Amino acid sequence: MSTAIATATADRSSSPATPRGFRARLYAREAKYELLKVLRVPAYVLPTLAFPCVFYIFFGVIFGRQAMGPISMGAYMIATFGAFGVIGASLFGFGVGVATERGQGWMLVKRATPMPLSAYFLAKTVVSVLFGAAIVLLLSVLGYTLGGVRIEPLTWLGLAATLVVGAIPFCAFGLVLGYLAGPNSAPAIVNLVYLPMSFCSGLWMPVQILPPFLKRLALFLPPYHFGQLALGWLGADEGGSPPGHVAFLAVFTLICLAAARWAYLRDEGKTYG
Amino acid sequence: MLETKPNVATPVAELRGVVKRYGKVTALAGIDLALQPGQLTAILGPNGAGKTTVVKLLLGLARPSGGSVDLFGAAPNDPATRRRRGAMLQIGKVPEVLTVREHLDLFASYYPRPLPIAEALRRAGLERFADRRFGELSGGERQRTLFALALVGDPELLFLDEPTVGMDVEARRALWQEIRRAVAEGRSVVLTTHYLEEADALAERVVVLHQGRILADGPPAAIKRQAALRRIRCRTLLGEAELAALPGVRAVTRDGDRVELLVGDAEPAVRELLARDPTLIDLEVRSAGLEEAFLALTATPRGVDAAA
Repeated sequence: MSTAIATATADRSSSPATPRGFRARLYAREAKYELLKVLRVPAYVLPTLAFPCVFYIFFGVIFGRQAMGPISMGAYMIATFGAFGVIGASLFGFGVGVATERGQGWMLVKRATPMPLSAYFLAKTVVSVLFGAAIVLLLSVLGYTLGGVRIEPLTWLGLAATLVVGAIPFCAFGLVLGYLAGPNSAPAIVNLVYLPMSFCSGLWMPVQILPPFLKRLALFLPPYHFGQLALGWLGADEGGSPPGHVAFLAVFTLICLAAARWAYLRDEGKTYG
Repeated sequence: MLETKPNVATPVAELRGVVKRYGKVTALAGIDLALQPGQLTAILGPNGAGKTTVVKLLLGLARPSGGSVDLFGAAPNDPATRRRRGAMLQIGKVPEVLTVREHLDLFASYYPRPLPIAEALRRAGLERFADRRFGELSGGERQRTLFALALVGDPELLFLDEPTVGMDVEARRALWQEIRRAVAEGRSVVLTTHYLEEADALAERVVVLHQGRILADGPPAAIKRQAALRRIRCRTLLGEAELAALPGVRAVTRDGDRVELLVGDAEPAVRELLARDPTLIDLEVRSAGLEEAFLALTATPRGVDAAA
């Protein structure tokens, strides 16, 4: 029996061919189960979707028909609270998700397997992007039905696509937070970063209303650039250059990914015995 | 240190001069270990001996502070290497909302040629629980799921870190059966445990680890001979120096007039004790556990053991 295994072993290690579609199946399954893991926890799903909607109803619908520059407040806030919601879904999905799985030792088990780190990151990104899309859809529906918001279909598509793709920098940032925070402190740390950063970027109160000092600070905050790109579709941004905003976010993403990789390599699972 | 019989096969894993420090704590203080293919090697030691650290280093989950580790002749976390092994680690929690089958499905996708899910379920005795969520499983069922996850990749090398902790006797024996079967299929197995009985039941080779060093390395019978000590308890007025001088005494602990002696053979020491102190009471003689055996093996000066 040992010889049979030995031969099979030799075959396996010397054979270069792996079954077709193996990698695709790996990435697909990782994404599928990452999504199932989240969808089965209503306590996560509902607040993540409801939070930006509630904000939108209070600020965007109630003041909906007031003007905000060239557009209505209702339209303006689809962009800003859309960005806010997308950022939240990414930061919490990654920040709390990764920190928790590290604390439980589950990350260690997965690292011992042949799972590539990129599959894990991509799977969680897919989940965050889907949540982001759901949030944008919900806000748009609320805006259309309750806020009297009317946006050209193609413009809306551009806005929605920008908001959804814009999740990616914040997935990377969430990953860094997930490695810096412990499982118990993660929700608090994420909130402490998420809320002030979003506020100072003009995602709650329009940036035009913020005091001059905060307006200058906003230029250094990724959510500001994200918000501006979204508002640009509605003609309500501050006139900055879209490529400039994209470049800022791209560099930010790369820095976060590098930092996360560094943290991943030095993490030796000391959170348990 | 006992030698294993010479084996010309290439080691399946090797630690050379490995040192591991966590801040000021030295977890491993110089380990040389070559694991042979097709064998079950048990790494035996009390808690804190460094067993889990050895496993983490072999899996590439941590890097040594000194020395080198290789698996199948390559770096431990090399992707090709990772596909040839499976690991069952001691962890806090597993995502609870996924079912056993779903966990297995995911892990199977990491390997190009995994076992069929049904097969992995059968081996771990989990067929009835396949569609139950992890959170709904009992402790023993959870352990078996982790075992199934280690096995589903059809690995050549299996790491089991304290696999039967928290299991009842029946579950433990059932898992031992499966572990024996894995070895019979030609897999190499590294098993860590603090149960001498488990090492004895499963291993061809036992490596005894204590405070980051290898104390002994050999077949289970030899290890049992070295580690089988007896514990004598009594209340006596004899002084520590006198007690330490009794035949076969390895260690003495004293608390007021209550005294505990660790000895090789109990009878000579007991005879002397009774002869020297006729007022002695509450005499008790038992097998010493592994902890005491290790303490005695490493404590060269015979005297008061402050740690006990």
